[in-house]
Amino acid sequence: MVIARSGSKRWIAAADQAATKLGLRVGMPAAKAQALVQGLVMIDADPAADLAALERLTLWALSQYSPVVATDPPDGIVMDTEGADHLQGGEELMLSGLVNRFRGRGLGARAAIADTWGAAHALARAIDRETVIVARGETDKAVNRLPLSSLRLPAETVASLRTLGFATVGDLAGTPRAPLTLRFGPEVGRRLDQMLGKIAEPIDPIRPADLVEVHRSFAEPIGAPETIEKYVSRLVRQLCLELEKRGLGVRRADLIVHRVDNTIQALRAGTAKPVRDIAWLTKLFRDRIEKIEPGFGIEKLSLAGTLVEPLVEHQSTSSLIEEQVTDVTPLIDVLGNRGGQRIFRVAPVASDVPERSVERIAPTADQDGATWPLHWPRPSRLLPRPEAIEVIALLPDHPPVSFTWRGKRRRVKRADGPERIFGEWWQRSSEWIAVRDYFVVEDETGERFWVFRSGDGVDAETGSHKWFLHGVFG
Amino acid sequence: MTAAAATSNAVLDELREKIANLEGGGLRNRSVLPFGVREIDAQLPGGGLALGALHEVAGGGNGAIDGAAAALFVGGIAARTTGKVVWCLTRFDLFFPAFAQVGLHPDRVIFVECDREETVLASFEEALRYGGLGAVVAELVRLPMTASRRLQLAAEKSGTLGLVIRRWRRQTEASDFGMPTAAATRWRISVLPSEPLAVPGVGRARWLAELMRVRAGEGGEFIIGGCDGQGRICLSSDAADRPDQARRSFAVS
Repeated sequence: MVIARSGSKRWIAAADQAATKLGLRVGMPAAKAQALVQGLVMIDADPAADLAALERLTLWALSQYSPVVATDPPDGIVMDTEGADHLQGGEELMLSGLVNRFRGRGLGARAAIADTWGAAHALARAIDRETVIVARGETDKAVNRLPLSSLRLPAETVASLRTLGFATVGDLAGTPRAPLTLRFGPEVGRRLDQMLGKIAEPIDPIRPADLVEVHRSFAEPIGAPETIEKYVSRLVRQLCLELEKRGLGVRRADLIVHRVDNTIQALRAGTAKPVRDIAWLTKLFRDRIEKIEPGFGIEKLSLAGTLVEPLVEHQSTSSLIEEQVTDVTPLIDVLGNRGGQRIFRVAPVASDVPERSVERIAPTADQDGATWPLHWPRPSRLLPRPEAIEVIALLPDHPPVSFTWRGKRRRVKRADGPERIFGEWWQRSSEWIAVRDYFVVEDETGERFWVFRSGDGVDAETGSHKWFLHGVFG
Repeated sequence: MTAAAATSNAVLDELREKIANLEGGGLRNRSVLPFGVREIDAQLPGGGLALGALHEVAGGGNGAIDGAAAALFVGGIAARTTGKVVWCLTRFDLFFPAFAQVGLHPDRVIFVECDREETVLASFEEALRYGGLGAVVAELVRLPMTASRRLQLAAEKSGTLGLVIRRWRRQTEASDFGMPTAAATRWRISVLPSEPLAVPGVGRARWLAELMRVRAGEGGEFIIGGCDGQGRICLSSDAADRPDQARRSFAVS
């Protein structure tokens, strides 16, 4: 439990789960808490250290998640994730990944994505779920029932609004504005508008001291796509020069567009390995220049390498005999920055169970030359899950004579098998004695299928003796 | 063929050259990837699958839906190229061990799994333009004329082999395969009963490869043995000298 003090007053600033269970709440006087619970561990609050830690977290989030990140004191981080979530596989995956990473470190976190800072702030704190995503344009509905305390207003204002009978944000939004302003000042209206997106609330992005960043300000605002493209490529050139001086390559590059109406838009490009190549980086941004909305005009462009790694020049091997294999990392980056797709390679897993024998790995993972054992026939297409078929077959180890799959009966002309695959008892106790017998069967038209019988055909313990179709041969 | 009869005619030669110039330099001196099967290579201009061009492959019968044989045929072609292979698709149901068996090493293949068909087209084009790849493969349902022209031009420019596996949800939709596209060749691969063995069992896969369309060439039908460990196909032995009968046996089945 953390105790904050102001003058002679001491109250609870934060309490852990065990304390909450005992009925202690944030804001309770410390003396009352001590009276309620014996043997309370109290720590004095250290707002300065908290703020410093929050800033460190913010810088981490900057390198990982979004180009526009700022602290939202006392206990939050605000990010503009537009144009950056694709690197994490979309909003949902980004958010759950974020919360999971916090949990991995033993920290609890709640995250929300909404159209405005105000709404996201409120949703993350008021809704008792780890991740909340509000679809575009549905902010009004989502915040309607939130309590007034989530409006970022001073505590006294919230208390007196409660006295007047306002309980939720929706109540307040539906009230005429003028009397409210007369009584509480402009703050209430401003916070409401910020939450509902009626007035802009720009995020002032945090910038670490050693950030590699280049700017370009324009005397006259620009807006034409060709002009933007021209200046972006100039900025990329500058950035690459800067990176070269420091011997770095960029893993995440952010293009931040400052518009004349004091709003900013950010584009983030990620690369699979450190890059300092002008053409490569330019291409990553040029693909997405159409996503920049110039609005009333752009007055400043800045390009920053948010995540940089040392990049050492090394001599490329040139040989007269060896064939050049083109490096595909730039292509992977271009495709990866598009969004809407997953890029991967496949690699063998030491497992006899077909569906577990292939895993997806990163496209730039090391090439170890490993492959599958090649002596058994394998189908070229594997059904997502085995489909049950009706079979006439002799037990225990004969292939089917005929089978019915997807409503079509096929007579088996030729068959091969069985290939017995045992359950992985060392992994799962449920597969202790499980067995699958695989057969290759060919019907009279020549279509070849991979079918299996669950169980060894004798002992019912080894499987249900039902038949399944698992793959189609080419 | 017809060219042999006309060599003496200077006027025709001149006209041919003019046409070749109009078609652009990309069409001449283009390198090819031969199948290594004399009968098939003879049907293809240049003696093999043109690199820097688009090729369409679909499955026949049930293969129009699962595209199992078509994918393996394409995998065999990709295995015989050098360099990386980019494979764009919407649903990943390939079982890669089968492709490793036809000589396509998993380290060489980069998969791009897209949410929508349009993304597949865009990624396919991007990869074709990139250049320096061995082959680029896409699994597509629809291939409109305009899209195929774009892809063909991209392939021509970079000299990359573009392979499209056409695959439909329902067999009735496969009639779409008759629509013209800008692809250089169009193949249909149907499965045939496997090669007979002396003992009970399933022998080497046999396919009916129909070369339905080929630019500046004549189509043909071949009965081929499925890809071997290096991705090579062969003319099926018992059908090589009797293509007519083999075709009939397919019609019966």
